[in-house]
Amino acid sequence: MSRRLRDLLGVVPFLVFVGIFLVVPTLVVAIGAFLDEDNRATLDNVTALADGYIVQAFVRSIVLSAVTAILGAVIGALLGYALVTAKPDSTVRRVVTSACGVLAQFGGVTLAFAFMATIGLSGFVTLFLRDSLGIDIFSGGVWLYDLPGLVLVYTYFQIPLMVIVFLPALDGIRPQWREATESLGGSTWYYWRRVAGPLLAPAFIGSTLLLFANAFSAYATAAALVSQGSPIVPLQIRSALTSEVLLGRENVGKAMALGMVVVVAVVMALYAVLQRRTSRWLD
Amino acid sequence: MAGLVRRRARRQRVLRWVVVGVLSIVFLLPLFALLEFTTRGPGGKLSWDTWRLLVDWRQLSETYPVLWTGMKASFWLVLLSVALTLVLLVPTVVWVRLRLPGLRRLVEFLCLLPLTIPAIVLVVGLAPVYAWVVYFVGGSSVTLFLAYTILALPFAYRAIDTGLSAIDVRTLAEAARSLGAGWLTVMWRVVLPNIRSAVLSAAFLTVALVLGEFTIASLLSRDNLQVAINQLGKSSATISFAVSLAALVLAFVLLYLLSFVGRRRRRERSVS
Repeated sequence: MSRRLRDLLGVVPFLVFVGIFLVVPTLVVAIGAFLDEDNRATLDNVTALADGYIVQAFVRSIVLSAVTAILGAVIGALLGYALVTAKPDSTVRRVVTSACGVLAQFGGVTLAFAFMATIGLSGFVTLFLRDSLGIDIFSGGVWLYDLPGLVLVYTYFQIPLMVIVFLPALDGIRPQWREATESLGGSTWYYWRRVAGPLLAPAFIGSTLLLFANAFSAYATAAALVSQGSPIVPLQIRSALTSEVLLGRENVGKAMALGMVVVVAVVMALYAVLQRRTSRWLD
Repeated sequence: MAGLVRRRARRQRVLRWVVVGVLSIVFLLPLFALLEFTTRGPGGKLSWDTWRLLVDWRQLSETYPVLWTGMKASFWLVLLSVALTLVLLVPTVVWVRLRLPGLRRLVEFLCLLPLTIPAIVLVVGLAPVYAWVVYFVGGSSVTLFLAYTILALPFAYRAIDTGLSAIDVRTLAEAARSLGAGWLTVMWRVVLPNIRSAVLSAAFLTVALVLGEFTIASLLSRDNLQVAINQLGKSSATISFAVSLAALVLAFVLLYLLSFVGRRRRRERSVS
C-alpha cells in the first residue's frame, strides 16, 4: 500500500499544475455561468444567451465555421492526395507539410496582416487590379474587415489543417487495394466509389469536424481583422470581458464561453467516434 | 499492367504538380504581399529600410519600445514554456507507463483537454487564477508561461507518447533497475536518450506555439510579441508586418527542421 502511495506521488506535480491552470479555469467558467455578481445561483446568464445579438453571434460563428470547414476539407483533401502520390521523404512533401503546420496552427495575427497587405485598401492585389485592370474589388463596400473577410482568411488556415489531419488516412490506403480492384476488372471510378471512398469517408468527415472546431475556437485572426462590432462569439466574449460600461456582463461572457465549450465538445466527441472507425482500416 | 501503372504514375505526377503549383501560388501570394508591403519605399521605390532596422536591435529598441518589450517577453516565454512542458510532461508520462498504467487514460484525457477548451474560453477562467499569480509572484508578462504550458500539452503529449510507443520502456527500465540504476538514472540515461527526437519535436512545437500566441496575452493585458505586433499594426504597419512575417518564417524553419528529425528516427528503426 505504501509502495502504491509512493508511486502515486510521481504524478502529483503534474496533477496539481493541470488542476490549477486547466481544471480550475474550466470550473470557473462552468460554475460562473450560473452565478450573478454576488455569487448567488442564477439562470439569468444562461437565459441571456437567448438574446437576439448573442444568438446571431452563435449563428454567424457556426455558419462561418461550417462554410470554411467544408471549403478547407475539400481543397485540403485534394492537396493531401496530390502529396501522397509523392514519396514520404521527398522535399516537396516535407516543405508543404511544414508550411501547413505553420499556417494552420501558428498564424493568428500574421494571417490577418497578410490579407490586409494583399487585399486591404492599399493592398498589393487591390492596387494591381485597380491600376492595371480597372477593377475595384471594394466597389460594394469594404468587405475584408467583416464576415466575408473572415471566411476568406479562415479558409486560408483551414486548408493546411486539413492536409495535416487527413494525410495519415491517405497514407493508410494501400496500393494493393487498387491493384486488387483492377485485377478483378474494376475501373478507376469504381475503385474510388466502392473501395477508397468508403474507407476514407469516416476520416474525411472526422477531419471536417475537427476543422469546424478549429474555426469555431479561433480568436486571434478575427480580433486583428475585424475593426467594428463583434460579429462572432469569441469577439462577443472579448467585449463582455473588457466592457466596463455594463456591470455583470462578465458572467454572461462565462455563459457564452460555456456555450462554446458545449459546441466544441459535441463536435470533438463525434470526431473521436469517427476516428475510431477510421483506425479499423487505415492505421 | 506495367504500362498501366506507369501511365498512372505519370498522370499522378502531373496532378501533383498542378495542384501543388496552383495552391502554392495562392498560399504564397499573401505572404509575398507582406514582403512587398514592407519593402515599399517613398515614391513607390523598393526599400529595405524596415528590414535593416529589424536586424539593428539597438535602434529597434529605441524606435519601438513596445515591440522590444514584446520580443523580450516572448523570448523568455519560449524558454520557460519549453522547460516547464518537458520537465512536467516527460517524467509523468514515463512514470505512468511504468508504474501507474491505470492512470494512463486520465493523463491522456487531461493532456488532450485543451483541444476542447478554446483559448478564448480558457482565458475567461484563467483571469481569477492569474489574480492569485499576481498576488504571489507579481504581474510580469513572463508568468504567462504557466498558461502556455497548458496550451502546449496536447501537442507535446502526442509527440512524447508517439516516441515512447516506439520503444519498450518497461523492459529498458527493468533491465536498468536490475543492474542497480536508480529511477533518476533510468530517466536521464536510459529513457531520455531513446526518445530524444520525440522530446525535440515536443520542444519545437511548443516554441512555434508560444511565438504565435495572441489570445491569452492580449486578454490578460500582458505583452508578448503578437500583442506588440497587433498594437503597432495600427500606428506603424510596416514594421509590425515585417516582424510578423519574420516570426512566421522562423516557425516554418523550426517545423521544417523537425521533419528531418522524424525521418532520422524512421531510418534508425528500419536499421534495427
